[in-house]
Amino acid sequence: MDSGNTAYVLGCAALVMLMTPGLAFFYGGMVRAKSVLNMMMMSFVSLGVIGLVWVLIGFSLAFGDSNAGLIGGFEHAGLRDSAAVVGGGGTGIPLQVFAMFQLMFAVITGALLSGAIADRARFWPWTIFVGLWTLFVYVPLAHWIFAFDGYVSANGGWMANVLGALDFAGGTAVEINSGASALALALVLGKRRGWPREPMRPHNLPAVLLGAGLLWFGWFGFNAGSALAAGAVAGNAFVTTMTASAAAVIAWLALEHRLDGRPTSLGAASAAVAGLVGITPACGFVDTFGALVIGLVAGVACQLAIRLKYRLGYDDSLDVVAIHGVGGLVGMLLIGLFGTTAVNEAGADGLLYGGGLGQLGKQAVAVLATAAFAFAVSYALAWLVRVTVGFRVDPEVEAGGIDEAEHAETAYEYSPLSTGARATIPAPIVRSAQEGNAS
Amino acid sequence: MIMVTAVVKPFALGDVKAALERLGVLGLTVSEVQGYGRQKGHTEVYRGAEYTVDFVPKVKIEVVVDDELADKVIDAVVQAARTGKIGDGKVWTTPVGTVVRVRTGERGSDAL
Repeated sequence: MDSGNTAYVLGCAALVMLMTPGLAFFYGGMVRAKSVLNMMMMSFVSLGVIGLVWVLIGFSLAFGDSNAGLIGGFEHAGLRDSAAVVGGGGTGIPLQVFAMFQLMFAVITGALLSGAIADRARFWPWTIFVGLWTLFVYVPLAHWIFAFDGYVSANGGWMANVLGALDFAGGTAVEINSGASALALALVLGKRRGWPREPMRPHNLPAVLLGAGLLWFGWFGFNAGSALAAGAVAGNAFVTTMTASAAAVIAWLALEHRLDGRPTSLGAASAAVAGLVGITPACGFVDTFGALVIGLVAGVACQLAIRLKYRLGYDDSLDVVAIHGVGGLVGMLLIGLFGTTAVNEAGADGLLYGGGLGQLGKQAVAVLATAAFAFAVSYALAWLVRVTVGFRVDPEVEAGGIDEAEHAETAYEYSPLSTGARATIPAPIVRSAQEGNAS
Repeated sequence: MIMVTAVVKPFALGDVKAALERLGVLGLTVSEVQGYGRQKGHTEVYRGAEYTVDFVPKVKIEVVVDDELADKVIDAVVQAARTGKIGDGKVWTTPVGTVVRVRTGERGSDAL
C-alpha cells in the first residue's frame, strides 16, 4: 500500500463528491423558478440513494470477481473489509478508498439524468428509478469498463479486458450512459407542457455559472484522480482536462455568437462541461494537442446537437443527451485518432500516431454497446416506474409549480406580502406557578 | 380631478419623472408591467431556438392632478417618453371621483 496514492485518491474522491451539489446548482439555475428545488433535490437524493446502494451491494457487483465479464460478485457487499488493498502491494490503495472514489462517480452519473426530466417528475418515483438504475444500468457498465483484471479482483469486465476499449475516466459508463439513459427518460416522461412553444429560459444564471464552476473544479479529481496514483499520468490528465475545457469554451462562444448573435453565460457554462465531458475518456491517453482538438470538437458538436432536439421533438430539458451523450461520443472516438503511448504506456497509439484503425474500431464497439444497453434498460425501468407508481406530476401541478406540490416549499420568498397563512397548532399548555410548586 | 395613466418604455421613466416634477406634480405611482400593442411582441433567439415574445416590459405611471393641469401633464409625459420608434407607449386619462389623504382625512384637491 502506498500512503501518497491513498492520500491522493481520498482527496480526489472528495473533489468528485462536490460535483453533485455543483450539478444541483448547474441544473437548478437552468429551470424555472417554480421548480428549482425539485431539480436540486433530484441531485441531492442521488447522494442518498446511490450512496446506500453502492455501499451495500453496488460496489461489490461492479468490482467483485467477474462472472463472464458481465457482472461482479457479492464478496465485497457492505464494504466491511478495511484491511483489503487493491492495485498491488507496493503502489496500491485501500479497497475502501477505491470504493468511495467509485461511489462518487455512480452518484454524479445518476444525478446527471435528472436534467432530462426537469419540471415534471415526481420525487419518490425518481428516487426509486435512480436506485434501480444504479443497480441495473450503472453497475454493469462500470464493471464492463472500469474493472480491470487483477486490480480489485482477478477477473474484470469484458470491455476493458477482452475488447480492449480505452476509457480513462468514464466516457462510456458515465457520459454516454447518462446521455442514452437521459434520452430514454425524456421519451418515457414526455414533453413539458408548452414545450417548445413557450420559452423556458433559465431563472438564475449566476447559479448555473456557480454550478459549472464547481463541476469544473471537481472534474480535476474525476479525471486526474482516475490515474489512481499521484504521478505523471495524473499530471497529464490534469493538463489535458484544462486544455480541452478551455478550448471548448472559446469554440462554443464563437460559434454561438455566429449562430445566435451573442455569446451567452449559459453557453459558457455548457461549453466548459462539454469540453470536460469530451476529454473524460481521453484525458489519460492523449497529449495537449489531442486535448485541444477534442475540446474544440466537443464545443462545436455538443452545441449543434442541442439544436437537434427541436427538430426531433424530444424534450431533453437541460441537454443531457447533447452534452454528455455527444461529448462522450466525441472523446471516445477521438482516442482512436489521437491516442498516444508517449503519455501512458497502458494506452494505445491512435491512427495519427501510427496505430492504424484498430483502436478506433474498439472505441466504436464500446460506444455502441454502452449506448444500446443504457438506453434499453433505462427505458424499461422508467416505463416500469411509470406504469406501477406513476412518474409524472399532474398537469395542474406542472402548471402551478412542482416545488410547492412535491416539497411544500418555494425557493424564493421575496414578496413582503404575507400569504395569509396562520398557524393552527394548539397553543402550548402553560402550567401555573402554583401547580409547579404543588409537589 | 383626473388620473393620467402612461404606459411607456422603462428607460423613459427618469425623464418623465423629471418633467412632472418641473410641472409641480407632487406624487406619482409607478409599476412594472408587461403587454403588447399594435406591433405585437418580437422574436428572439436563445440557445438555438427562436421564440416569439408576446409581452414587452413597460412601466406604468399614474398621477392624479387637478383638471386644469391634466393637459400639461399629458404633453409633458408624451414629450419626455417619445423616441419616434415603435413601442413608445400610450397615455390616457380617467375621471377621478374623490381622493382622501389617509393620515388627515382631507378630501379632494387638498389631498393631492
